[in-house]
Amino acid sequence: MSYLEVKDLKVHFPIKGGIFGRTVDHIKAVDGVSISLEKGKTYGLVGESGSGKSTTGRAIIGLNNITSGKVIFDGTDITNIKRTKSEATKNIQMIFQDPYSSLNPKKRVVDIISEPLRNFENLTRKEERKRVQELLELVGLSPESILKYPHEFSGGQRQRIGIARAIALKPKLIIADEPVSALDVSVQAQVLNFMKEIQKELDLTYLFISHDLGVIKHMCDDIGIMYKGRYVEEGTAEDIFLNPQHIYTKRLVAAIPDIDPNKREAKRKFREEVKTEYDQSYNDYFDEEGLAYKLQPVSETHLVALPEKG
Amino acid sequence: MADKLLEIKNLTTSFRIKDDYHAAVDNLSLTVNKNEVLAIVGESGCGKSALAFSIMGLHTRAKIDGDILYRDHNIAKMTPSELNKVRGKDIGMIFQDPLTSLNPLMQIEEQIGETLLLHNKEMSKTARQERVLDLLNKVGIPRAEYVMNQFPHELSGGMRQRVMIAMAIANKPELLIADEPTTALDVTIQSQILDLINKLKDEMNAGIVLITHDLGVVAEMADRVAVMYAGQIVEVADVKTLFANPLHPYTRSLLNSVPNSDQEQDQLHVIQGIVPSLQNLPREGCRFSARIPWVDESAHEKHPELREVDPGHQVRCTCYKHFSFPDETKEEQHVLS
Amino acid sequence: MWKFSVRRTLIMIPQLIVLSILIFVLGQLMPGDALSGQVGPDVDPARLDEIREQMGWNDPWHEQYARWMGGVLQGDLGESFRFKMPVTELIGQRIVNSFWLSVATLILTYIIAIPLGITSGRFNDTWRDQLITGYSYVGFATPLFIFALVMLWLFGFTLGWFPTSGSVTPGLEPGTFEYVMSKLYHLLLPAISMALITTYSTIQYLRNEIVDTKQKDFIITARAKGASETRVYNRHILRNSLLPIAAFLGFEITGLIGGSIFIENIFGYPGMGQLLVESISLRDYTVLTAVTLLFGIASILGALLSDIILSIVDPRIRIK
Repeated sequence: MSYLEVKDLKVHFPIKGGIFGRTVDHIKAVDGVSISLEKGKTYGLVGESGSGKSTTGRAIIGLNNITSGKVIFDGTDITNIKRTKSEATKNIQMIFQDPYSSLNPKKRVVDIISEPLRNFENLTRKEERKRVQELLELVGLSPESILKYPHEFSGGQRQRIGIARAIALKPKLIIADEPVSALDVSVQAQVLNFMKEIQKELDLTYLFISHDLGVIKHMCDDIGIMYKGRYVEEGTAEDIFLNPQHIYTKRLVAAIPDIDPNKREAKRKFREEVKTEYDQSYNDYFDEEGLAYKLQPVSETHLVALPEKG
Repeated sequence: MADKLLEIKNLTTSFRIKDDYHAAVDNLSLTVNKNEVLAIVGESGCGKSALAFSIMGLHTRAKIDGDILYRDHNIAKMTPSELNKVRGKDIGMIFQDPLTSLNPLMQIEEQIGETLLLHNKEMSKTARQERVLDLLNKVGIPRAEYVMNQFPHELSGGMRQRVMIAMAIANKPELLIADEPTTALDVTIQSQILDLINKLKDEMNAGIVLITHDLGVVAEMADRVAVMYAGQIVEVADVKTLFANPLHPYTRSLLNSVPNSDQEQDQLHVIQGIVPSLQNLPREGCRFSARIPWVDESAHEKHPELREVDPGHQVRCTCYKHFSFPDETKEEQHVLS
Repeated sequence: MWKFSVRRTLIMIPQLIVLSILIFVLGQLMPGDALSGQVGPDVDPARLDEIREQMGWNDPWHEQYARWMGGVLQGDLGESFRFKMPVTELIGQRIVNSFWLSVATLILTYIIAIPLGITSGRFNDTWRDQLITGYSYVGFATPLFIFALVMLWLFGFTLGWFPTSGSVTPGLEPGTFEYVMSKLYHLLLPAISMALITTYSTIQYLRNEIVDTKQKDFIITARAKGASETRVYNRHILRNSLLPIAAFLGFEITGLIGGSIFIENIFGYPGMGQLLVESISLRDYTVLTAVTLLFGIASILGALLSDIILSIVDPRIRIK
């Protein structure tokens, strides 16, 4: 049994229409996603905007209502849990994309970080302050900064405050939704390094959601590629990057800019080839509605969405 | 010698904060040649966008000193009406966010048509319509006749950026300024847009100034690269040299902090400290010195200048000769240089 | 689009029902009735009670309401006790007067607000803007009825430029040119007085729209195309800022109703506002409920108009 098990998760949003605002249809934001995540590992969820990757993350933690499917964390069913004082809430935390808008600008750092502590633990003011200072030290900020406001920090520092808040309750699983997308490269490096460090230190498990394949490759052990609410491919980082099977994955991998200018022409040519292949074989990989098929195993670790044989 | 298209000489663009002017672009000189892509790289706050806006004369409240020579005209000294003859005609610009950069209440045809109309009053309405259609086809928009009558919010992000590009190239400009043209786009769309810009460059024989923070985009697109830090250029080189033999500590740090898709690294390089804000920019000595405190003070110049170390390869300050990463041994350093 | 309009119109029905009940009940709660003023030594109170019983005024309120509503739906608003004529007839003359007064006020409001709002927004935080903002603060702070009295005293009585009461010079033949000009002449001073005071909200609204639009990214795009500053203003900033102003129209109507009550009374202008106050003081509550109901309907229609205009002019809403 894996640590986090998501089974056939569906999140459908109603579309209101007509004169009386009845539900006329559904947007299938997430349409049958299964993830199994081992303890201490990092699982990367990749997709373009609108693929449903963020909705998946938010549904797991209970921020989006689950239409059907199951989420099992460490042996307990946490499907549609209430985000109030349950044990699961404490153990699963989230880091958000934008360090500028996800921190309340009117609150001091000490209040931001201690907010989850206040919800779950009865600490005295003094203990609380001590914990916050320890956390700040852990994320590499000076303990004196507890009385400052978010705007007094740089982007990278703010994201560290967000991380400090996320790890305040010693969670076991962190869902990181595009945690470095709003940051400059050097700051991004800072945050990624730090996330790796605390993973080892606190034995954390990550669900890492991103559209940046370079970052995903750097961080993740296993990767799932989403397209229009469904999985198109899942496998280890090696499976995905060195041996992509689905045409969508191939196209995604081909689109990553190469940092070596010498390979530019070859890369461009390769992209064109993949594009041609994509156009030619589109119908082999997607059904009539342009959605991906069910996943079929091609090796022990590697699953690809292909039409059923026969 | 390459054909010079744009020559920037000692450009200083300053913004007023409270009662003082602070230079976001500080005494910067640079040339852009015909039919080349010059990438300007740096992190947010380094002044790269302020530079792009200066070239287009788009700053409304900044103080601009120095010269921006386009052909024989000095953009920096132009009156607004002279400037309006150049903008959109000789120099086109593509912006970062195509959604907010398009007028939400105007149909695509009118938005592109406006650029044509402004620089060619004689053009008939039907001729303009035809040209818009032509442009939309050129930038790879399917069903162009239909898209012409649509509003920006009805298009996808990639399509919107294509419309922006169509608008920028409408009058066949000789110089194109692209300010983070793909930052707001998904990776597959990004590669399509980059390929499109490349194709158009060859067709139009134009010079392109590509402003970006993404080194992958630089490697894909640029012919030459200028690295900016704190309002100054710290290194200029052709793209292959820059990636193969980066010299300035900032360039090297940047390159090392990117998750590299080819080699496995557990830890990425982190630049110490933070990018200083405009008011707190160090104006004396090597501006990068605070970020590499382990390098001895004597390694830096008092008044660092951009010097040519190889033909076409310029570096600011002498500190690069003495720079190595803290976790790197001296031997490796020797092998490198 | 039509779906939206239909839905929006359907929502109005319960609003109107609640409004009519509220108005009716409040009318009932008012002390006294049309007969209380007639109490005198020569009138037998028992006779009055008899009349009340006859008129059904002692029935439970919902029965009276149903009777009233039934009449309203057939276009019968009842009979005025004081004027001894059907309310519809009484209102008929006055509603036309009020309508033209409102139209004139609206036009003047926009004539004042648009140039001032544009100047204020374009040159924001300069002396021009401060001057205009200063004016709109004065407009905001000055009570309409005091300002109207001053205008009436100055231009009506002291200078004698404008008539001081009525809506037309008596004795003119309706339909003649003189008649129309006289009508116009009579409503000019009340309309100007009201417009000068109520225009402040439109000025500030337009100013803020322009200041906001000025900072949008697409304005930079327009400049990068080579558009002159004048063109940037006319084609991009104004167009995008005036659309929300168009939608503001509906809400102006609501504001006008409140204003017209003061204005018509002060200028002795025979409109709905004057009728309302008269009917209150005379306890003529068939008239009172009818006038209030019409005012209520006008407000609701104003809001509807705003929503519909906005959905027509903004393509982002139009699509849905």
